[in-house]
Amino acid sequence: MHTSRDTSITQLDPSSLPTIEAIEAPSSGHQDADSLGVGGWISIVWIGGLALLAVLAPVLPIPDPNESFPEIARMGPSSGHLLGGDAIGRDVLARIIWGTRSSFIVGFGAVAFGLILGGMLGLITGFFRGRIDSVITPLMNVMLAIPQFVLALSLVTVLATGEGVDSTRRLSVVVLGLGLVSIPLLGRITRANTLVWSEREFVLASRAMGAKNWRIMVREVLPNVVPAMLSIALLGVGIAIVAEGGLSLFGVGVQLPTPSWGNMIAEGRDQMRRAPHIVIFTSIVLFLTVMALNYLGDAVSRRFGVRESVL
Amino acid sequence: MSSNSVLDGAGSPSGTPGAATLLEVRDITTQFRTERGLVNAVNGVSFSLERGRTLGIVGESGSGKSVLSRSIMGLLPRSTTIRSGQVFFEGTEISGLNDSQYRKLWGDEMAMIFQDPMTALNPVMKIGNQITESLRFHLDMSKSDARDTAVALLKAVKIPEADKRFSSYPHEMSGGMRQRVVIAVALACGPKLLFADEPTTALDVTVQAQILDLLAEQQRERFMAMILVTHDLGVVAGRADEIAVMYAGRVVEQAPTDVLFREMKMPYTEALLAAIPKMDDPSHTRLSAIGGRPPDLVNPPRGCAFSPRCPYVQPRCHEEVPALTPSETTPSHSFACFYPVGSPETEAIRLDIAARRLMSTAPTPAQPSPPPFRPDDAPTGGV
Repeated sequence: MHTSRDTSITQLDPSSLPTIEAIEAPSSGHQDADSLGVGGWISIVWIGGLALLAVLAPVLPIPDPNESFPEIARMGPSSGHLLGGDAIGRDVLARIIWGTRSSFIVGFGAVAFGLILGGMLGLITGFFRGRIDSVITPLMNVMLAIPQFVLALSLVTVLATGEGVDSTRRLSVVVLGLGLVSIPLLGRITRANTLVWSEREFVLASRAMGAKNWRIMVREVLPNVVPAMLSIALLGVGIAIVAEGGLSLFGVGVQLPTPSWGNMIAEGRDQMRRAPHIVIFTSIVLFLTVMALNYLGDAVSRRFGVRESVL
Repeated sequence: MSSNSVLDGAGSPSGTPGAATLLEVRDITTQFRTERGLVNAVNGVSFSLERGRTLGIVGESGSGKSVLSRSIMGLLPRSTTIRSGQVFFEGTEISGLNDSQYRKLWGDEMAMIFQDPMTALNPVMKIGNQITESLRFHLDMSKSDARDTAVALLKAVKIPEADKRFSSYPHEMSGGMRQRVVIAVALACGPKLLFADEPTTALDVTVQAQILDLLAEQQRERFMAMILVTHDLGVVAGRADEIAVMYAGRVVEQAPTDVLFREMKMPYTEALLAAIPKMDDPSHTRLSAIGGRPPDLVNPPRGCAFSPRCPYVQPRCHEEVPALTPSETTPSHSFACFYPVGSPETEAIRLDIAARRLMSTAPTPAQPSPPPFRPDDAPTGGV
C-alpha cells in the first residue's frame, strides 16, 4: 500500500501513525499496568501456598505437630520427617505448617485490626480535618512516640499471662496488642493520602453534584487511598509476624504447645549448637515470607504509582 | 423518569431567553481567613441572569472569578470563608442555606464544570458510573435506566462509541474526551444553571472550540443559564450574551457583549483585549502585556485597584474607589472608572503614549536600534 511512498514521509504524516497508536495503546498499556511481574507472582504463590497448607494442615499426610518421636529428637532431615525433629522429637515440618496458622493469624489479624481502626481514623481526620483532626492526630503521635514493641509487650503481659490463660485467649491478645500498635502507623499513612486526594478537583466536583460527605469519603476518596494502605499493610503483616517472634522470646508470644514460627525459633535457640536445623528451617520460611510480603507491598505501590503518574 | 425527558431538559418550560430571572446576585462579598489576614477575594458583586442566557466572567488569575462562582454555589469551605450578600435562585434566597439544603440544589438545579479534566474525574471509577451516580441519587433511577441515560448523555456530548466508553476509566481517554465526560456529568440531572469554570483552559485550541460549541449547543437545547468563567476575552466574545470583567474581586465593567467590544470604557478591559495577539499583526510585533502584577488582595491598593497598572492613571485614581455606575449613553453598560477610555483625559495620554512609542521605534541616528528586549518587560501574571 505504501510501497510507492517514501517511508520517511509516512512517518511524518500526522494523520496516519498516531491513530494506529491510539487504537493499540490502551490495550497494551492496560496489560502492562495489570502485571505484578514474575517476582510478584512468585510472592503470591508462596504466600497463597503457605496459607493453603495451613488451612489443609489437618488432612495433610504429616504427623501430629505435638506428637513426640524420641528417635528423631534433634535429628536432621530424614525420610518421613523431611525437616527433622525438634528437641523433644516433634516433626519440624509439621510444626512449621501448623505454626503457619498462628503466625498468619497474628500477622494478618493484627494488621486487619489496625487497618480497619487506623484506616477509619485516618480517613475521617484527613477528610474532615478541623476539630476532629486536632484531637485524634496528636493522640496518634503520642502513641507513635512510645516504643511499639514495648507497648505490645506490656499489653500482652498485662492482659494474657498468669494462671488460667488458654492459648486462644493468648492468641487474641497478641493479635489485639500488635493490632493496637499498628493503628497510628496505618492511620497516619491513610490520613496523609486522604489529605492529598481530598484536594483533588473530582472531590469538589462530586460535592457540586450533591454527594453527601460519607459518600464522597467512601466512594471517591477511599478507593484512591486503598493502594497506599494496602502496600503499607503488606509490609505490616511481615513486621507483625516477626514481632510475634520477638514476643515469644520474652515468653509472651503464641502459647506453647501451639506452634508458631516465633515460638519455634524461641524454643529452638537453646538447641542452636546441637540441632541448628530447627531454627534455620523455621527462619528460612519466616524470611521468605517476610520478603514475599515486602515484595508484594512494593509491587502494589509501584503498580498504582504508575497509574497515578499517568493521570 | 425516562431517559429522554432528562435529555430534553426535564421540566424546563420553553420560552424566550430573558423571560424570567433565574439567578440574582446582590452585593456578594467573600473573604478568606488566612494567616496573613483577610483576603478580599470577591468584593460587592451584583448581577442577574435569565434562563437561556450566558454571562461571561472575565479576569486574570486571582481576580476572584472562580471564587465568585463557587461562592454563589455555596461550595466554599465554611470554616475559613466569610460570605455576605444575597443570592436569589428562582426567587428564593439561597445564600443562607446549610449543606444539606444546598445538596438538593447541587447537581439538580445548578452544576459546575471544572477547569482541569485531568483532575475533575475520579481516576478509579468508570466514567459511566461517575455519571450514573448522581442520576441514581437525585432522580432515583433504576440501574438500567441510569445506564441508558448515561450512554445517551455520552452520545449527546459526542463521545464516539458511547456504549463501550461507558466502562472506560478516565486515564484511557484524552483531555478533550475527558472534558466531554465532565460536561456529561454536570448535565446529567438537567440543571437550570451551569457554571463553567474555565472549561477550556487545560485544552488545546482546536479542542477548545469544540468544547465551547458543545456547551453552547447543550445550553440552547436545555434552555439553561450559563456562567462562563474565563481569562480569555476571545472565549466569551462570541458566546456570552453579557460580559462582566472582574479585577481584584470587583466587577469593573459590565455590558452586553456587543456593547462591550464596541465601546469598552475601562482601561483594564482595553488592556485585556490588547493583550490578545492579532492575526494580522506583522510578525515579531511585540506582545502587549499589562505591566505589574495583580494586586495583593490582603492589602489592596488605595483608590482604584487597577491604578498602579493603569496607563491613564490620574491623581484622583489613587485616592478614591470608583463605583460601578451605568453609562450615560447606554444604561446597560456599567463601568467603574473616573476617566474611562474615550474621555478627553485618557485620549490625551493615549496620543502621548502612541507618539512616544513611534519615536522610540523610528530609526533615528541617535537611537539606531529599537531598545533591546528587557526581561522585566516580559508579560507577567497571565493575560
